[in-house]
Amino acid sequence: MKAFDYERAADAQAAVALVAGHPDAAFLGGGTNLVDHMKLGIVSPEMLVDVTRLPFGAVEERDDGGVRIGAAVRNSDLAADPLIRQRYPVLSEALVAGASGQLRNLATTGGNLLQRTRCVYFQDRTTPCNKREPGSGCSAIGGHSREMAIFGVSEHCIATHPSDMAVAMAALGAVVQVLGPDGSRSIPIDELHRLPGDVPERDTTLAHGELITAIDLPPVAGHSAYRKVRDRASYAFALVSVAAVLDVAGGNVADVRIALGGVAHKPWRAATAEERLRGGPATEDVFRAAAEAELEAAAPTEDNAFKVPLARNTIVALLRDLSERR
Amino acid sequence: METTITLTVDGEERTVTVNTRVTLLDLLREHLAVVAPKKGCDHGQCGSCTVLLGGRRVTTCLAFAVQHDGAEITTASGLGTAEDLHPVQQAFLDHDGFQCGYCTPGQICSAVGMLAELEAGWPSHVTPNVASAPERTLAEIRERMSGNLCRCGAYVNIVAAIEQAAGR
Repeated sequence: MKAFDYERAADAQAAVALVAGHPDAAFLGGGTNLVDHMKLGIVSPEMLVDVTRLPFGAVEERDDGGVRIGAAVRNSDLAADPLIRQRYPVLSEALVAGASGQLRNLATTGGNLLQRTRCVYFQDRTTPCNKREPGSGCSAIGGHSREMAIFGVSEHCIATHPSDMAVAMAALGAVVQVLGPDGSRSIPIDELHRLPGDVPERDTTLAHGELITAIDLPPVAGHSAYRKVRDRASYAFALVSVAAVLDVAGGNVADVRIALGGVAHKPWRAATAEERLRGGPATEDVFRAAAEAELEAAAPTEDNAFKVPLARNTIVALLRDLSERR
Repeated sequence: METTITLTVDGEERTVTVNTRVTLLDLLREHLAVVAPKKGCDHGQCGSCTVLLGGRRVTTCLAFAVQHDGAEITTASGLGTAEDLHPVQQAFLDHDGFQCGYCTPGQICSAVGMLAELEAGWPSHVTPNVASAPERTLAEIRERMSGNLCRCGAYVNIVAAIEQAAGR
């Protein structure tokens, strides 16, 4: 590992100034992904600015009935928070479906959003990867692609975003609060992560030096849940996951939000399915038709074509489960 | 870059000057000669380096030591003594919760941390309703220990040991 300087900023502005002022500096949260990447030689920052001691460690109720989550809140604390468990069970369920107890005790909310793909080629420096080394080629296309994306892929990258938490936040319509060298801004979570396009090396729309300080969840009606399908019963990344919020009134869908994990370079908001469902009858046939409409946009490889029926079935099963809750 | 940090390890205050690149695991093993936590995968995938950091179980291979200046760490060797074992340590002996023993210090620290999380009412992936308090079932123990691998496959006895320790 290359040598680096370690800094602990006095406040958020100072942390941002330190990273913004150094092209090879990075923020350090729980370290569970970044430290691994530094060991593997995927990244080699010259300076790390520790943001875990900044005052972003609270989960607070907001005036609008929503909740603000500090970026430094650990994944385990967020999953166990009474407000989250009662109002946003989909988020608590997504968190405990990810990683292990030991990792969740270290990993932060901001860091979880910014974790990078687990694409085997991205993590293996001996193979070409456009995300790790722009222009070197994509080894997954035509290679081992069972875990790769089926939505929003480009000819340069078919990697998936690995987070479970972010999928729940996408379904909830979270808003990410960011502090940068020029002040603060709010980013709808759907605009935080990006599709690979021609610049697969960029995971998010954040500029260098911008720091996530909080995530706001709006109030939501209805029931919510997270369902994850993976190769092992525990401690594995999703092949497909679905986060959904469903509000049924008089047998019809009053509101619905669906996001998919393990299928795209970002948490995939199933806007087409939602559009089909809103206002219509909350029945299994309609759920299936909506899921199929969403999956028309899928462009799988030979290795991961199984994700298309798997995603359809998981969407239908989760919506059916939520529609039966009282 | 060298930095001087002070940590409390198994009840003893230790001050040491280390390079920023040193992980908490390497600090413990290579600089402080505290060898209970083991280096298995060194990538956060096996759990053999688990210790209690401020009472919470964490993997030490994915943490830079410099970030944890001032921390209080308990490793498996700080949980009990040979004459007075921690209940979880005794239970692992009673149930043969190991074969080669390499993953055992991590398993034991993880179990101690996990039982505290269960006691605090934290939900897990198998908790039927995350809004309610979890029950101490075998399914809960298995799920919550999934971050600790045992390549000898002593899982059945590990779960039995934890069940015994939890019942005390």
